[in-house]
Amino acid sequence: MDQESIERPKQTAGTPLLEGRPPKVASRGANVFYGDKQAIKEVSLDIGENEVTAFIGPSGCGKSTFLRCLNRMNDTIDICRVSGDIRLDGQDIYDKSVDVVELRTRIGMVFQKPNPFPKSIMENVAYGPRIHGMITDKASLEEVVQGSLERAGLWEEVKDRLDTPGTGLSGGQQQRLCIARAIAVHPEVILMDEPCSALDPIATAKIEELIDELRENFTIVIVTHSMQQAARVSQRTAFFHLGELIECNDTEQIFTNPEHKLTQGYITGRFG
Amino acid sequence: MSNAHADDSFESAPRRVEGTTRTSHWQKRLRRRYAAEKRFQAYGIIAICLGISFLVVLFSSIIGNALPAFTEARIKLEVHLDQGDLGIKDPSDEGELLRAYYLKPVREALKKVIPPADRAERKDLYGLLSVNADAKVRQMVLSDPTVLGTTQTVWVLASGDVDVMMKGIIGRDVPEERRQINDRQLAWMDQLVEQGLLEQKFNTTLFTAAASAEPEAAGVGAALVGSLMMMGVVLILTLPIGVAAAVYLEEFAPVNWFTDLIEVNINNLAAVPSIVFGLLGLAVFINFMELPRAAPLIGGMVLTLMTLPTVIIATRAALKAVPPSIREAALGVGASKMQSIFHHVLPLAGPGILTSIIIGLAQALGETAPLLMIGMVAFVVDHPSTPLDAATALPVQIYMWSGLPERGFVARTSAAIVVLLGFLIIMNASAVWLRRKFERRW
Repeated sequence: MDQESIERPKQTAGTPLLEGRPPKVASRGANVFYGDKQAIKEVSLDIGENEVTAFIGPSGCGKSTFLRCLNRMNDTIDICRVSGDIRLDGQDIYDKSVDVVELRTRIGMVFQKPNPFPKSIMENVAYGPRIHGMITDKASLEEVVQGSLERAGLWEEVKDRLDTPGTGLSGGQQQRLCIARAIAVHPEVILMDEPCSALDPIATAKIEELIDELRENFTIVIVTHSMQQAARVSQRTAFFHLGELIECNDTEQIFTNPEHKLTQGYITGRFG
Repeated sequence: MSNAHADDSFESAPRRVEGTTRTSHWQKRLRRRYAAEKRFQAYGIIAICLGISFLVVLFSSIIGNALPAFTEARIKLEVHLDQGDLGIKDPSDEGELLRAYYLKPVREALKKVIPPADRAERKDLYGLLSVNADAKVRQMVLSDPTVLGTTQTVWVLASGDVDVMMKGIIGRDVPEERRQINDRQLAWMDQLVEQGLLEQKFNTTLFTAAASAEPEAAGVGAALVGSLMMMGVVLILTLPIGVAAAVYLEEFAPVNWFTDLIEVNINNLAAVPSIVFGLLGLAVFINFMELPRAAPLIGGMVLTLMTLPTVIIATRAALKAVPPSIREAALGVGASKMQSIFHHVLPLAGPGILTSIIIGLAQALGETAPLLMIGMVAFVVDHPSTPLDAATALPVQIYMWSGLPERGFVARTSAAIVVLLGFLIIMNASAVWLRRKFERRW
């Protein structure tokens, strides 16, 4: 499907499509089915480069499902079908010519629960670069590991114990290790699926700070249950409800002057 | 349950909710609930106690029966190994050394200790010796031919009847005509014991010898070798086939009616009586493929068929137990499905898979029925040296010995059971140990 030929979807309020600049990731009329059940209905949305886009919405609204479509993580679920058009830099990621492994190196992911491999901190970070042949010798290994851990703000805390298991770190450190692991393969986009939901407020603040720094080099999409978090870290916010994209706009706009009454209801805490 | 007692407990019970808990109906219900719980616990404890007592009876009876078999009667003799008497012309010829008649010098040595008066006495005297009394002498000469021409002190094997008599399994009060050892022989035995020439020694024959019609010369050695060879075959076949099948079914196979059918059938196969696998082996491996009968290779293949369903099911359970977040983490950094499985899922499932294989092997080690079908109930005199030689297995050996009439085989049957149980306990313990050692937490 041609990007220009699709009309702006009627049901989405605000500005789901970017004007005046090319989107990094673009979705047009995306549908997701789990068996017979439709989890995502006709979502059309642009995600801008080098900015943080937050997905908010009540539980079960499909925001995580949609996020997982962006790096084809839903492929691993047998009964899941995705239709519609999702593009990264104008290229259809569901096209047969696209290699899903390569796609996932371009679009990294951080999960809800910190999930470091039960291996050393060093191995956790080095795993991705190693399987992609980015590590050729000891020097490049150290460079990648140190660089990634520094960018994830974890280097100072773990530099003396790189050989200890990653699972031995605290929850917040584990999540930053997962972020370091994701950025070690130099992705262009990082998807974060409620990265702070299992963390305490201090660890959450650190991750949020980190997200803001990472924005310079990466395009970030974050799913969050916390509206305060969306307001703090994101530039644009998309509100999902029952599988539909209700409203998408600049974060400030959404939280101060929502167009749709469902959005208003959600951000003022009337349901959720 | 008396009412008075119930009323007491009612009075002492804390009254938190006024009105509802104070009604006698409510109290009755509560008492019934507690009584039911106590009853259920009692059933459980009774069941466990019953199980343990059966186990104790089983072990004590088996070990009690087996103990006599762990020692054997041996007679200390000064055996003169004369090359001419033995009829050996060329000591460097191993075949000739092997064939020489070593029983002769052994008998001569015994005659020096107890000179027989006539032919009848001589016959009785020879009866004290096992037909395998020469085994130790032969072994001695074979390992070092220079002993020829010298006199050596050898503890030769006494006959099984002497052994049984010494252990008191057949009492001295049994009338002479009903025992294998007559009064004359009994007197000689007492004389030898007094001189310190007849003793109970640790029974190495039991662990090394092959089948024999004489209980004192029979051992589980050949059966053990056969069993170990089969375990090797089972391991070599089950490990790759079972793990590959489980990984494919669990991680790669699409979910459809065909894979559902396969899954149901694997579960059914795990419950098929093992003798059916023996029939399958007989029909396919021996009648159709015309592979040799009674060979450990075939036995191992049949046992593989039998253990595969168990191993596949247990391996799938181990794979399932690896949290999906690990798979997602690997896929998230761009690992292919294959890489995520081989780099992360399999190592984490490793201890579980290892355990399932060891349990499968233990199951195969104890299996008798399918081996009967493929002709492994053979009287194997030689230790099998390749997996294609005729062999038997430990449980089959037990089965065969249990049917023999000689008194000495009663203890040997139990001893073989002890050996088998020992191996099973070692295997299961190592499974537990390996799982503890490599188990990872996440």
